[in-house]
Amino acid sequence: MQTWNLVSISVLLGVVVRWGVSLNPYSGAGKPPMFGDYEAQRHWQEVTYNLPLQEWYFNTTDNNLNYWGLDYPPLTAYHSWICAYIAKILNPEWVELHKSRGYESSAHKLFMRATVLVADLLIYIPAVVLYCLYLTEGSSKRKVSTLFCFLLYPGLILIDYGHFQYNGVSLGFALWGVVALGLGWDTLGSLAFCLALNYKQMELYHALPFFCYLLGKCIKLGLTGRGLFLLVRIAVTVLMTFALCWLPFLSDPNQTLQVVRRIFPVARGLFEDKVANIWCSLNILIRFRSILSSDSQLYLSFGCTLLAVLPSSIKLLTKPNFWQFKLALANSSLAFFLFSYQVHEKSILLAALPACLLLSDLPLMVIWFLLASTFSMLPLFLKDGLLVPYAVTSLAFLFFSIYLMSALVHCSEEDLRLSAYHKLFSCLPKLDLAYILRWKFYISVAAMAGLSIMSVVLAPPPHLPDLFTVLVSTAAFLHFLGTFIYFNIVQFSGPPSKSHKKNH
Amino acid sequence: METCHTHGRSTDFEVHRNWLAITHSLPVSRWYYENTSEWTLDYPPLFAWFEFGLSHVAQHFDRSMLVVENLNYASPSTVLFQRLSVIFTDVVFIYATRECCRCVQEQKRSRDNLHRPSFILAVLLLWNFGLLIVDHIHFQYNGFLFGFLLLSVAKHLQSQHLKGALLFSILLNLKHIYLYVAPAYGIYLLRSHCFAQNNKDGSVRWRSFSPLRLLALGSIVASVFALSFGPFIAMGQLPQVLSRLFPFKRGLCHAYWAPNIWALYNLLDKGLVMLGVRLRLLEEAGLHRATMTGGLVQEMQHSVLPSISPTVTLVCTLLSILPAMTSIWRCPRGARGFLRCLLLCALGSFVFGWHVHEKAILIAILPLSILAVESREDAGIFLVLATTGHYSLFPLLFTCAELPIKVTLMLIFTIYSFTALRKLHSAQGPLLHPLEVVYLLGLVAVAIACEVVFPLSPWQQQLPFLPLLATSVYCSVGVCYSFLRLYVSLLRQREKPKQP
Repeated sequence: MQTWNLVSISVLLGVVVRWGVSLNPYSGAGKPPMFGDYEAQRHWQEVTYNLPLQEWYFNTTDNNLNYWGLDYPPLTAYHSWICAYIAKILNPEWVELHKSRGYESSAHKLFMRATVLVADLLIYIPAVVLYCLYLTEGSSKRKVSTLFCFLLYPGLILIDYGHFQYNGVSLGFALWGVVALGLGWDTLGSLAFCLALNYKQMELYHALPFFCYLLGKCIKLGLTGRGLFLLVRIAVTVLMTFALCWLPFLSDPNQTLQVVRRIFPVARGLFEDKVANIWCSLNILIRFRSILSSDSQLYLSFGCTLLAVLPSSIKLLTKPNFWQFKLALANSSLAFFLFSYQVHEKSILLAALPACLLLSDLPLMVIWFLLASTFSMLPLFLKDGLLVPYAVTSLAFLFFSIYLMSALVHCSEEDLRLSAYHKLFSCLPKLDLAYILRWKFYISVAAMAGLSIMSVVLAPPPHLPDLFTVLVSTAAFLHFLGTFIYFNIVQFSGPPSKSHKKNH
Repeated sequence: METCHTHGRSTDFEVHRNWLAITHSLPVSRWYYENTSEWTLDYPPLFAWFEFGLSHVAQHFDRSMLVVENLNYASPSTVLFQRLSVIFTDVVFIYATRECCRCVQEQKRSRDNLHRPSFILAVLLLWNFGLLIVDHIHFQYNGFLFGFLLLSVAKHLQSQHLKGALLFSILLNLKHIYLYVAPAYGIYLLRSHCFAQNNKDGSVRWRSFSPLRLLALGSIVASVFALSFGPFIAMGQLPQVLSRLFPFKRGLCHAYWAPNIWALYNLLDKGLVMLGVRLRLLEEAGLHRATMTGGLVQEMQHSVLPSISPTVTLVCTLLSILPAMTSIWRCPRGARGFLRCLLLCALGSFVFGWHVHEKAILIAILPLSILAVESREDAGIFLVLATTGHYSLFPLLFTCAELPIKVTLMLIFTIYSFTALRKLHSAQGPLLHPLEVVYLLGLVAVAIACEVVFPLSPWQQQLPFLPLLATSVYCSVGVCYSFLRLYVSLLRQREKPKQP
């Protein structure tokens, strides 16, 4: 069958799964007074439509920042404004100032879900299609399989279409950036990534690899000649994009500062809810929040993050090719997730996207990581009533990706690039690492399934009410740490096989 | 996708919940008399026993759903149980698909897995858009029932006639709509099974009649019926059961006209009425206004053309399937000829039947998939019938929330069936005549007009049934056309009797 038929069927299947999930409850459904992220997005539409731009980020009588104040950069605000404009045409009650607080109806839910789908269709899905068709290796069948599994990743679907967010927009822009860099269009790539940054500040997790890759490329081209020209072009593009996005807020320094204060709230602590990163997991043993002061917590996490992200970034700086870039994206986002300050569990999506880029190259490990990432958000899904979609999409993803990517078949040591591990553990007796790895995979999937079932069926003991949440986040943390170490070793373990020598 | 829709439901959901309650809470003697709810038990007894079995599992999910008085009860566990039951009983359908795929004749050329006829057949059956929509979104047990039908067909294709007959008898006792295709079974089994041999020119050899085989067949069928209807005959409730199974008080057409010949007939009648009123040949006051498009299930009167009664439809149906049956009798073409005759009986009953539900088109589409992967001409008929038939199911899902799902699923199935069948039969020329392509493209125009343009136009209030009318009339053209083409293919094959 021609590729385009298979591609369109895969995309349509991806859309069906997304819309199917969207028929389920959203976060904070029917839970006054604060509701959830769905209400937050609706509230932002209300605020951006009814209030003048100068008041969007300020605490005024009309705009109570304690009730879901805007805490994303301006592009999110503009997007909300566009949605509000359409909402006003369809039903003004949806965005009426003050009166529409907590508005819930099936028509409104349909509208909101439709906005997510439209954003996905315009931004995220085309980027995925382009990436899989033009920047992955292998036969067309393999490319379509990669595309299908990429679109089927449960975490993003459940968060965007279940919990309700617009991660598809920011991740989509970032992916456009990756695609452009992969095809050699550096200025367009930086433009796209700046748009992503201006949509959600969490894209900073990906900023370092973009920076190092482009800088490394400029250095390689020679800082006195073409390299300098490229550097200037990129710098100008970045500045122009930021200027354009922030234009209305640049007139008054107060405005700019307030926006920055809203999007980087450093007054909060090291971590909030149970999250699968190092501070929360070690918190069981060492009570960080009580031992250290707020400032030292900040410095500690900053230092650790820097240490974690430095090796990968320096390697990318010295060897700026696309393969290193993809791995650096994964490593950087994982490092930030594991060690950074005030991390939310949804931030794992920022690490999942680079992992999906590596789906065709390292199928087994990536599938394992993606499953773990979805599993780590289980407490959130349970809170939102998304158990059934979680189970169905995770199982479907597991079976389809293992089958289509032949992950368990191509499982030799060379495929998994475990030769570096051999060098590390050369003192130990020669073991068949691939065999061990496969068994670790089976056990891990069984453990994740078991924990999921236990969290649903059993009630935690009264003196340990958060038992299952902590177990889930610790298990996920161990997976993430292992994946982080693995990706780092792969990034450092010499050039990939011949098929990956795509030097841009 | 099906399980992601766990909290949505339709009236069929309440129907089956009610039947679970009736079979669980009431004694057998009350099953066909109970009418607390408007959704009375109108399937044959074996299905009632099936619901009885299900209700024993249901009581572990939510006991309250089994109380008859709990009308429209739909707690989350109830919905979950019902949907899970459909998924589990679909196992029968999956098994039947596997059996059918084993019967498909492979070409000599070796292909890779994706392009083998049996794989294409499996996808066409398992991912059939109509079945997905009707079973999982609208809620019915059709997968389970079609599993029996396809399994019975597969057994006949494998020359295991007694097993096929047994399965069909069970099916008849599960849902009596399959009476549509019973004549095909009767003729085929009588001709090919009871008469063990044929003469050299294919005509019947009367001497080879085997009373033993007839006895075996008869005893199988009779015992299944006895098992199913036995208790009710013993209690003397047979007339009541039959009146529940065959309610002829309903109208010629369902609230939404099934795309059969009566839809065209109704349209003609309406057109003549309008013409007559314009030309002042008829008086407006004396007409039955808006009776047929009023959306209610009632007896309908035609104003200009003669009214149709159930007897007329029965006669028309029998006349339409008679040529096929005589053709099979005179010159049996083995199991594939039987399959063709089955399709013609199903389509004939659909086109001419009384109070046909548009879901019945699936009885024709699913078995046609088997023929479609084997011959080019059948593939062309399949594409027209399947696309038209599936589109005619669109009005079943009318909420805005379901629009993306039905459109994308329809697109997936259509793209796949067109490209896969075209690749499979590529060596033998184009599958579709240009006129057919134009007709199918017209479907897209009708779809856009009905789903997008009409709701936003001013006629939405005055003529709310216009899109339904347009859909059913447009699709009935396609359905009747496919019926004729299938007939032609059957009769034309008669000249050259094929190997069974």
